[in-house]
Amino acid sequence: MIRIVLPFHLRRLAEVEGEVQLPVEQPVTLGSVLDALEARYPVLCGTMRDHVTLRRRPFVRFFACEQDLSQEPPDTPLPGPVVTGAEPFLVVGAMAGG
Amino acid sequence: MSEVRLLVGTRKGAFVLTSDGKRRQWAISGPHFAGWEIYHLKGSPVEPNRLYASQSSGWFGQKIQRSNDAGKTWEAVGDKFVYAGNPGTHQWYDGTQRPWAFKRIWHLEPSLAEPDTVYAGAEDAALFRSADGGQTWEELAGLRNAKGHLWSPGAGGMGLHTILLDPSRPQRIFVAISAAGVFRTEDSGKTWRPVNRGLKSLYELPDPDAEVGHCVHRIARHPSRPGVLFMQKHWDVLRSDNAGESWDEVSGNLPSDFGFPIAVHAHEPETIYVVPIKSDSEHFPPEAKLRVYRSRTGGNEWEALTRGLPQSDCYVNVLRGAMTVDSLAPCGVYFGTTGGQVYASADAGDAWTPIVRDFPAVLSVEVQTLP
Repeated sequence: MIRIVLPFHLRRLAEVEGEVQLPVEQPVTLGSVLDALEARYPVLCGTMRDHVTLRRRPFVRFFACEQDLSQEPPDTPLPGPVVTGAEPFLVVGAMAGG
Repeated sequence: MSEVRLLVGTRKGAFVLTSDGKRRQWAISGPHFAGWEIYHLKGSPVEPNRLYASQSSGWFGQKIQRSNDAGKTWEAVGDKFVYAGNPGTHQWYDGTQRPWAFKRIWHLEPSLAEPDTVYAGAEDAALFRSADGGQTWEELAGLRNAKGHLWSPGAGGMGLHTILLDPSRPQRIFVAISAAGVFRTEDSGKTWRPVNRGLKSLYELPDPDAEVGHCVHRIARHPSRPGVLFMQKHWDVLRSDNAGESWDEVSGNLPSDFGFPIAVHAHEPETIYVVPIKSDSEHFPPEAKLRVYRSRTGGNEWEALTRGLPQSDCYVNVLRGAMTVDSLAPCGVYFGTTGGQVYASADAGDAWTPIVRDFPAVLSVEVQTLP
């Protein structure tokens, strides 16, 4: 199971509390985790990446194992500890500054 | 006893305020969608408990919410706003052409006849329609054929902010777009043309009489006279007596003819309201006095309405979607400010009372008058 931590507003939209856990088929990639997340919670479609182009929204970040994967292509494999469920995959709203 | 329901969109959520017909005591529900910008929410005229809300975020994009129980519960519906075909480009600040790109929904206008039909005004400017209660959206792309390549965003964005449906001619729709102007269709949105003759933008456009490009802030009309339109432009207050074919300035004795909202009295089609703002550079009331101005003559002759409104040190703004009227008698008038106050008048503007003082900045105010 892949563990996913969503930011507050997306947890509210998806009506979940705490971490989300999802089965994702191998190979587990950045794109396949997002696909699985949107399939389970369709209300999240469009909130992390564009409906049509599937490009990441500018102020959304993807972190895992202390790495910033935000700029990586969708077929990027996620780190082993995320695949085994030892570490979560983090969807983060970028800092607003100020 | 009648009931009045105010729908208030703010920078940090939506609020539903209810009162009886006396409009003295108000119950407040919210914030709904706390932390999200609610540009607009509006109820269906045919099913008043059916509400639609535009929920957006700089981080997480656009959601559309629908309620079937007057805002007690909400359901996220469709938010896939895709421009039809190859949308091409529009003018950008630097004179280059820029691809059309969806940013947010500014305005939701439920149909006058079908509760599942609703229109949505978008930035970058486009009109979308849903016939299934907001689940799916289709662009009425003919609008952008009305010289869309020449539209250019102003500082506030190129938003389609006003949608007027005609109760007597369902095929006729007016829309207004920031820094583009007013557009009219006579065939339910298939074809459109600009209706901006008479507008003059001396300091905003190289050609002050251009067919498109005028920064129309709001248009309004009385349902009994759908061909008579009133406009608050960037500068100038205007009226049209021929469905937008031509416009005449009616700023008259206003202390400033810059402003954002304009509204029409529910029972007096020639009584209109504006909130003058000092200038495009100073978005606060002249002399720091918050004054609604009322004309009972359809413009030109204006009176200041001040009772109950702050008359010193007031530096709030009133945005284009933040003033409305109910249909009780006497007519109720409501507006919200960027300072978070919502003011109500139960006597057509003669006296005002703040319903709330400390909301987030108010983006929109709509009212439903219920039996």
